[in-house]
Amino acid sequence: MQQFLTTALSGLTQGMIFAAFALALVLIWRSTRIVNFAQAPMAMITVYIALVIIDAGYSYWLGFAAALLSGLLLGAVVERVAVRPVEDKPHINAVILTLGLFIVIHALAAVIFGSRYRSFPAPFGLSGFKVGDMNIALTGFGVFSILAVLAVMLLLVLLFRFTNVGLMMRASAFNQEVARLLGVRVTRMLTQGWALAAMVGSLSGLLIAGGNLVHPSYMDSVVVFGFVAAVLGGLDSPIGAVVGGLILGVSLSFVSGYIGSEVVALAALVILMVVLLVRPGGLFSHAPARRV
Amino acid sequence: MASTSLLTRKQQITDRKGEQMTTWSRRVASITSVLMAGAMLAACGAGGRPDEGEGSSADVVGVTEDTVKIGAHFPLTGVAAPGYSEIPSGHKAYYDYVNANGGVHGRKIEFIVRDDAYDPTKTSQVTDELVLSDEIFAMVGGLGTPTHSAVVDFLNGEQVPDLFVSSGSLQWGDDVESKPHTFGWQPDYETEGKIVGQWISQNMPNARVGLFLQDDDFGEDGEKGVRQYLDDQVVATERYTSGNTDVAPQIAALQGANVDIVLGFNTPSYTALTQLTAQKLNFDTKWFYSNVGSDPELVGSLLARFSEGAVKDGSSLLDGVLTTEYIPGVDTPDDPWVKLWQQVWDEHGGGAELTNYRVYGLSQAYTFVQALQAAGPNPTREGIVEAIEQAGAEFDGPALAPFRYSGDSHMGISGLRVSELKDGKADALTPVLVTDIGDAPITEDNSGAGNDRPPEDGIPDAEG
Amino acid sequence: MTTFAQRLWSSTLARHLLLAGLGLVAVALVLESTSAFRNGQFAVMAYMGIAAGGLTVLTGLNGQLSLGHGAFMAIGAYTTALLLSDRDGAPPLLVALLVATVVTLVIGAGVGVAAARLHGPYIAGATLALAIAVPGIARYFQDTLGGEQGLTVVVPDIPGWFADTAYFITANDVSTSKYVAYVGWISLIVTYVLLANLSRSRVGRTWRAVRDNDVAAEIAGINLGRARVLAFVVSTACAGLAGAVLALAVRLAAPSGFMLTLSLALLSAVVLGGLGSLTGALIGAALLTFLPQVVTGVGLDAGLSDLQAAELAPLVYGLTTILVVILAPAGIVGTARIAWRRRRS
Repeated sequence: MQQFLTTALSGLTQGMIFAAFALALVLIWRSTRIVNFAQAPMAMITVYIALVIIDAGYSYWLGFAAALLSGLLLGAVVERVAVRPVEDKPHINAVILTLGLFIVIHALAAVIFGSRYRSFPAPFGLSGFKVGDMNIALTGFGVFSILAVLAVMLLLVLLFRFTNVGLMMRASAFNQEVARLLGVRVTRMLTQGWALAAMVGSLSGLLIAGGNLVHPSYMDSVVVFGFVAAVLGGLDSPIGAVVGGLILGVSLSFVSGYIGSEVVALAALVILMVVLLVRPGGLFSHAPARRV
Repeated sequence: MASTSLLTRKQQITDRKGEQMTTWSRRVASITSVLMAGAMLAACGAGGRPDEGEGSSADVVGVTEDTVKIGAHFPLTGVAAPGYSEIPSGHKAYYDYVNANGGVHGRKIEFIVRDDAYDPTKTSQVTDELVLSDEIFAMVGGLGTPTHSAVVDFLNGEQVPDLFVSSGSLQWGDDVESKPHTFGWQPDYETEGKIVGQWISQNMPNARVGLFLQDDDFGEDGEKGVRQYLDDQVVATERYTSGNTDVAPQIAALQGANVDIVLGFNTPSYTALTQLTAQKLNFDTKWFYSNVGSDPELVGSLLARFSEGAVKDGSSLLDGVLTTEYIPGVDTPDDPWVKLWQQVWDEHGGGAELTNYRVYGLSQAYTFVQALQAAGPNPTREGIVEAIEQAGAEFDGPALAPFRYSGDSHMGISGLRVSELKDGKADALTPVLVTDIGDAPITEDNSGAGNDRPPEDGIPDAEG
Repeated sequence: MTTFAQRLWSSTLARHLLLAGLGLVAVALVLESTSAFRNGQFAVMAYMGIAAGGLTVLTGLNGQLSLGHGAFMAIGAYTTALLLSDRDGAPPLLVALLVATVVTLVIGAGVGVAAARLHGPYIAGATLALAIAVPGIARYFQDTLGGEQGLTVVVPDIPGWFADTAYFITANDVSTSKYVAYVGWISLIVTYVLLANLSRSRVGRTWRAVRDNDVAAEIAGINLGRARVLAFVVSTACAGLAGAVLALAVRLAAPSGFMLTLSLALLSAVVLGGLGSLTGALIGAALLTFLPQVVTGVGLDAGLSDLQAAELAPLVYGLTTILVVILAPAGIVGTARIAWRRRRS
């Protein structure tokens, strides 16, 4: 019973981390129709910036804010410099571009910050709660992570559904020409989309890093699972991203604990294929799946 | 340049025939240009390094009048790079130190490191490069079990001495007939498992034992050793895949099995992760970590950062943790060997901090210098292998127990001692215990290897 | 009409065969005139080229993105390793290569059927998951697949006729690594001839039609699903063969050799060379094989530490990918083609 509960709870926290990453992917997908594979290393760089600030003796929260801010900037810069030239090209060009960015940022981080493990502090306790004899495998920081992800999800839903900016972002992503005719400043929308997404990405990086070890590749496994979570949810829906993350996190936790950690990736593949065969557009796709 | 103009001229002709048309002339042109580009790349790559100093030993690959060229594959990039990439810097520092003091038999040691990113495919490519293009005399310290497995047959086929593999797998030393040129160095994982297993069966005979294993030969061989003594005490076995950093499901399973002690055969980062996870799960148990994973300095410094949370101090979190030792590490700065390493590192390390990974590299390099000395003033590839087989068991050095080198065994250090961490330092619980693979008994070491002191000048003196 | 079409067809085939013969001669010249180390590198180039050739057909001609071709190479490599586990009782090399190709093809068909229902990022997600799942399978079934250590591959003895022919022509004895390089390049030439013919055939036109406009293609009577699955199957068969050659060249099939980086490297090789072009795929494979070593060497000569020089290779490689995508999205071959056309007009 204890093991079951612990496995479920740790899957929940893990799932929320996947969800945070998936939210960033959804945001970029909705605003530019690009899957950003460089999301993880971009976030990793900003987490290192936070680490430098915290190591210099400043508070955790200052580092936290700096990471989010630098994420925002980095997202905008990457969009302006690298992504803009391929925005009107076939989808695959953007994918390859972000893969190239992935490699470059990775190598840069290894050269600048060194290829070694470093610990990243957390602002809240790292011990689990105890209720009577039961251990509740949730730490203060775990609760913070869950709340933060839910808050971001809510904000994104509000942004896309109820604000003008969200509507304009969706419009620019969906059809640039029409959006432009309607008076939307498409290029600005695209930059905003990337900036916001990179900030959410940084948040996911901070949540993974908190009370954990960081090194230039520390987010690599999240690239795949976060992306799978986003695809499970339907890539278009913030709620889908969170649900996808949770499904994935909890089921992988059980697979890892009761079958073996080697087959975790295989389980992710099976879950993804089953979901996609039933719903080719993901769980929360609004539009009917594209014909064919 | 010639190839590009050829390509374009041909295309001029063919493009008239339409866009989709793939004519043979274009293909010939492109294939020729590719091949020429390849040949050009080949010409300007590392292939053309001239051999210097044709002397008396000019016919020994990698050895000239005044240099000996050796090399190794290490993960310098990718997920295995943190930690492991520091080992070759220890090697380099020690060779620089020896070179600054006149080298070995007047020859300077040139050490080439090639990155394999812990990918056997790349290991095979860079080993080809080291052996066939750089023309090294010997491979020294190549790291990793899956990676080195990919090249061990090639090295033996080419009769390249394959010395002191940085891995505790049994296969480097237990089959001299099929791998006559390969030597292990560190105590194999089975030996370590046996010694720990016996200690626990004697000192905690009623403990319920859980195993936490990396899912490769490290965990496998360790488990084999442990089970020789503890088979009926082991109640849970959990494996983790390197790179999968969420170990909560595994720790929860160990917690669920109500174990009294967990034996971890894992890397240092997983020591930190298991400690953090145990804290999250309120899992209060005794821990043993294999020598590979204990590194109190590194793990302590990693855990110390979390003191802002609930833990007071990183090294005290490791208090009471059991581990093993086979060479002195940075937690004992007063050990004469560590003093030597510190001196060498200060002179040639380039300013970075001395770590246990670097100490490992320095210690390995020390053994290689001994082997090279023992091979005599005119070293040959067969000569150095013979010299290690004959004299290797007597090599002095930082190792607490002697090497097992002989004509029948190429296994490395024969044993270690069990110790307990306290304030980031290891307190010995046993004398140095030695054994061998299989059902060889565990005995106290009486060779006195643990009392070796480094020579005055810090350079071994093993004449062949 | 019929005779004209036949003549055209036969001349295409004849052209490709003639070219293949010339290619073989060129390969022999290069392999005989370069060192054993270069022979090994050319073997690497051969298997990367075979896999990239298959991927460029899938992505360039049919428009499907696969981030998981490394997984199919793993299947080919493991099949080969299981067949060639010891010297006695192993099937002839040709049989091993064919079986590896067919096994991968069958598994590829299964994945292809599933992938054909998906589009864009959904295929990317599924193939990405595949790329990391397959090494896990090899770890899980430790007894048959060797776990983390993998399976060692015994390269079969060089057949007498091959050694004799080679000796007759070149007056050199063939080393194992040179033999593997020959096997790799002959496989590559055969693969490329088949792919070139296929892409110029009706099937190839169908693939392009599906890529350019699937709705129009369907109206024109093309079965989209079948076209997509077929492209996927052809492409995975190439990856399987490439994996088999890799297993011979590396003499080992281990999970850590087939991590995500392999799949991504293949994809960028295809893009660097120029999507849809076999020549481009070959150039991309050459870059992947030779560039890292050259870059690392330049870095070391410039006084960088081993560690920095090692990171320089991915850095340059990633930057090249980015620059090509931004400045020359048609890849090296496509850009050269465009530049020449512009200069002419």
